[in-house]
Amino acid sequence: MKELPTVSSDANGSDPAMPAAPQASSARLMATLAIAGAFAGLVIVLVFQWADPQIQAHRAAALRAAVLEVLSQPASYQSLYVTSGGLSETPPEGVDTVTAEKVFLGFDESGDPVGYAVTGAEPGFQDFIHLIFGYDAAAGSLLGMKVLESKETPGLGDKIFKDMDFVNGFQGVETPIVGVKQGAATGSDDEVDMITGATISSRTVIGIINHRVEALGADLEAHAATAPRAPAIPSPDPIPADDAAESAVMDDAAEGGEAGS
Amino acid sequence: MRETTPQEDLIRGIWKENPVLVQLLGLCPALAVTNTVPNAIAMGLATFFVLTGSSLLVSLVKNWIPSEVRISAYILIIATFVTIADLVLAAVVPLIHKELGAFIALIVVNCMILGRQEAFASKRPVGRSLLDAVGTGTGFMIAMLMMGTFREVLGNGSIMGFSILGENFEPWIVMILPPGGFLTLGFILLTFGWWKERQAESIRVRQWPHGVASGEEAV
Repeated sequence: MKELPTVSSDANGSDPAMPAAPQASSARLMATLAIAGAFAGLVIVLVFQWADPQIQAHRAAALRAAVLEVLSQPASYQSLYVTSGGLSETPPEGVDTVTAEKVFLGFDESGDPVGYAVTGAEPGFQDFIHLIFGYDAAAGSLLGMKVLESKETPGLGDKIFKDMDFVNGFQGVETPIVGVKQGAATGSDDEVDMITGATISSRTVIGIINHRVEALGADLEAHAATAPRAPAIPSPDPIPADDAAESAVMDDAAEGGEAGS
Repeated sequence: MRETTPQEDLIRGIWKENPVLVQLLGLCPALAVTNTVPNAIAMGLATFFVLTGSSLLVSLVKNWIPSEVRISAYILIIATFVTIADLVLAAVVPLIHKELGAFIALIVVNCMILGRQEAFASKRPVGRSLLDAVGTGTGFMIAMLMMGTFREVLGNGSIMGFSILGENFEPWIVMILPPGGFLTLGFILLTFGWWKERQAESIRVRQWPHGVASGEEAV
């Protein structure tokens, strides 16, 4: 397709004596881009206003489902903030309740604690693997493991969340976990069978759990020793669950507010 | 330059000048996110939306944009539509948005889209630009679907996640990995080229039924 004659910046360049198409002034160029930029910004902000609550809701719902899953469907759970002085029900001063580091303590119907859900992330084979695991602090053993986010190789590394033998292999295992090659297990309580062909991915999963337990184990144990009971108003939130999405959005905010009161 | 008819504007991008299969534009998403049919569809739809939206807008404002800053202005318009698509996908289909990852944001640099603005929408009336964008977007979608189907069937034994080749099929994992994208595209382009050559051959035979030797130059 040939250029139409309206676009003539080349012609201007080759023949400066004769400005065929008048060159637009710098002010006009800047004004054009500024106005276009302002409009673009406005439109994006409007769409963001609409989309953000839903994105947050999806994220909260995904985390909530994961917490429930790794703690084997507790009746309720409570968020605890990780602070320098151990676990706390109130967030540390000046920290955003949504992004603050948290663990989740699940309770059964009678209000007794069933275990802590802890998140962690470390680089795997392709990118960071984000996961959450359930941990029984008193016994020092795992309740379950779920990969939240991973870009591991399809067909090989993605077995860390697709291969149910591997995923379920974490239940009841004692920490620190030792990864063993297929068929090399000795029957010890701290062994997890690694995935053939996905050594790095499975080693990373095991590593994340071990490192997180190492970092938080003492805090969790100390907290478990206080024999925590389910709060009177069962967390996650006191909001009537008429609208699942909406209550999920409120999750974090409600937890923060409730813990603060 | 020969003027095109509206029908030509619409049809051209779908087949004769298919952005992926003929012009070889927009290959980055075509290689990267066609490992399953749902991903291919979502990417195709997002690109279609960005292309038609920005063609419409560029065509509407073309007289107000000084030619010196036209490329920046087009990119700004395209980037705005991409951000909208990104946010909408994240809000409506979070799982697919997660799968597509950075490739949604990379629609901004899809040369197919900027190419249509520069070569067509910035010089044509709104209606024509829209037809052209719809045609090109559909062509892109067709190419994405072809690749997505091919790769998911061979790489996973399924279509849209539904198993069609049964339990005993050993999936060709390479097909859903990056090399599979190149293999698939190469194979499709080969088939396309072969088919086009055959067509050209048959026209030649029809024009000179008694042999093509003397008419070779004329073709």
